[in-house]
Amino acid sequence: MSLDIMTTTVRMPKLGESVVEGKIGRWLKQVGDAVREFEPLLEVETDKVTTEVTATTAGTLLQLLHPEGAIVPVDTPIALIGSAGAEKSLAPAEAVARTIAVDQARSPLAARATGQSWVSPVVGRMAAEHGIDLSNVAGTGEGGRVTKKDILAFLKTRAVTVPAPTDELAAWEQPGTGELFRPSEEQPGTPVSAPPASNSTAGETIPLTAMRRAIAEHMVRSVSASPHVTTVFDVDLSRVVAHRQANKAAYARDGVNLTYTPYFVGAIAAGLKRHPAVNSSWANNAVRLHKPVNIGVAVSLGEDGLIVPVIRDADALNLLGLARAVNDLAERARRRQLKPDETQGGTFTLTNHGTSGSLFATPIINQPQCAILAAGKIEKRVLVVTHDGVDSVAIKTMCFMGLTFDHRMLDGASADAFMSTVKAVLEGWV
Amino acid sequence: MADKTLIEGIREALDEEMARDPRVFVVGTDVGPRGGVFLATQGLFAKYGPKRILDAPLAESSIIGIGIGAAMNGLRPVCEIQFADFIHPAYNQIANEAARMYYRTGGQYPVPMVIRAPYGGGVGGGLYHSQSIEATFAHVPGIKVVVPSTPADAKGLLKSAIRDGNPVLYLEPKKGYRMIKGEIPPGDYSVPIGVARVSRAGADLSIFAYGMMHYFALQAATDAAALGIDAEVVDLRSLSPLDTEAVLASVRKTGKALIVYEDNKFVGYGAEVAALISEEAFESLDAPILRVAGPDAPAAPYSHPLQEYFMVNPKTILAGIRKLAAY
Repeated sequence: MSLDIMTTTVRMPKLGESVVEGKIGRWLKQVGDAVREFEPLLEVETDKVTTEVTATTAGTLLQLLHPEGAIVPVDTPIALIGSAGAEKSLAPAEAVARTIAVDQARSPLAARATGQSWVSPVVGRMAAEHGIDLSNVAGTGEGGRVTKKDILAFLKTRAVTVPAPTDELAAWEQPGTGELFRPSEEQPGTPVSAPPASNSTAGETIPLTAMRRAIAEHMVRSVSASPHVTTVFDVDLSRVVAHRQANKAAYARDGVNLTYTPYFVGAIAAGLKRHPAVNSSWANNAVRLHKPVNIGVAVSLGEDGLIVPVIRDADALNLLGLARAVNDLAERARRRQLKPDETQGGTFTLTNHGTSGSLFATPIINQPQCAILAAGKIEKRVLVVTHDGVDSVAIKTMCFMGLTFDHRMLDGASADAFMSTVKAVLEGWV
Repeated sequence: MADKTLIEGIREALDEEMARDPRVFVVGTDVGPRGGVFLATQGLFAKYGPKRILDAPLAESSIIGIGIGAAMNGLRPVCEIQFADFIHPAYNQIANEAARMYYRTGGQYPVPMVIRAPYGGGVGGGLYHSQSIEATFAHVPGIKVVVPSTPADAKGLLKSAIRDGNPVLYLEPKKGYRMIKGEIPPGDYSVPIGVARVSRAGADLSIFAYGMMHYFALQAATDAAALGIDAEVVDLRSLSPLDTEAVLASVRKTGKALIVYEDNKFVGYGAEVAALISEEAFESLDAPILRVAGPDAPAAPYSHPLQEYFMVNPKTILAGIRKLAAY
């Protein structure tokens, strides 16, 4: 079976200087008919004239691309003619399919004209995102192509029509209502769809703020992009506590409120310098190691969400400098006075969830960074300590510190090595 | 407020900047007592005298050379090239000297000069008075290229260009000098270089244009609205640096891009915009990126019917809009 079938595209002619479109009046030939060159193929109507359009070449009429009555712009493909012999080597239906395949390979333009195979980038992406079978979507674009608008319209109608399940659906095919986990004899005869909005128990729908939307999108993207792994260390903060107690007043005289955060940032910076692989980000199938150590600190804005201002070159600052930076950024974050670039360029993130009482947590990575460190609640705990081979019980100020990292870039051993450095710096603070 | 013309915006900017800053001066052919062939400098000679409004010989290389020397020595020259078509003898001065001086001298000698050049066709000018030269110079690093398409931007962009610390090529759509009218805000203001403007918001497709083509694109968008097509129009204003974020934001919204430029199509400025969109917004595209541009012919024909065929106009832009909308 030869693939060397030449196809010729017949296009809507321009029937006058100002004419931009024409109406397919009547097809004078049908698919499979042999046509001679200059033999009338169809009648075309414009608001000025009705005229016959003739075959531009001899061959077999393989496909009519528009039905009678369709109005198409000038120069749009309207029919395909195959070279003589096409009908002999292939069955008619197969001939059409085969010819189109060959034509597509040769000319993307001709492929688009069929409207079946050409999916634009945005339509492909949206169909994938929303799980749409494009054959269910009516196309209104050129040659019946499914456009972005068609997808949007389809999503709108689907949102309206889908949520009412019928009793023909098995329980496991219904959206999760929890019914799946009840014995079937206890399930109601007729599945109940979502209660109408007027129902007083329906609750309240709160539109997303720009910040909430950004957080939502970022979190979903991060979880789907990175394999998250968390490792947790128990860190003795006794020396940090002692240092803070000893220096708090002096810092206050300089107008600086000394919290635990600058200690954490300092220890992280030391860890990142020692383990550069952690100060990195994912960049298109490569790992980018960052020279600057820019540490973001998550600041809660209450119910509005959170924001992550960045301390630039944290490795160049001493404890006083870090404390100042933390004070300044956190204060301006709460007053919504951060400049846009102060939340960008971070290479690592610290989240202080312990301030709200949480012991340890598994945060989501701040993309495209490699890892995020979570500091838990700082509390006194009773610990068994061994001194000169003698076990005794001691009261220590402890904190669980978790590191959530992207397993594409980092393995457990290297993540733990980084955490060991952070732990050693904090436990040995002088 | 009464509407003013685009060339009035240019004249006001020159006048106000010369009054504000004694370092600013104008040099060009016929800019003195005659006030320039398009009267952009009309009245300035009488006001500022022959030391600040210099009539130059018919030698573009020399006009730009004077500007470079003056700028390197602390002045703020505004060089006028009478028609952009005549800028080519000065190409070496602009591309090799003005644009790269700051880099070449390790930052010791910035060249804060402005080159004003009326460009574009449709005025019966034939080969020597119709050319679009923006692609040639937007390609050169070190010189900014801006094109106003409204009287307000004509004034604000020229002020920014004069105040800029580096060379700026300020292209004037001469067909629109008196055809394009609009309000000019009172008082001193400037329009930042590097920022595009959405001049008409729309949902169905994005049109990117500048200068005279932006004016025509707005007309075509209005005609398209009557056909139920909601076109967004973005006035690029600054060709180098290009406001890439504005371009991408618009395409991400509409999914379709139509780029309009008057220059001949091949390797024209719009090719760069198309490449940007394809590289950065591919997943938002719902149609091929289309260009409506001039034919790849050696020059604008002098014959009026041929010129009409040659020029991109609201009708040809509308045809592009319809093609893209139907896609």
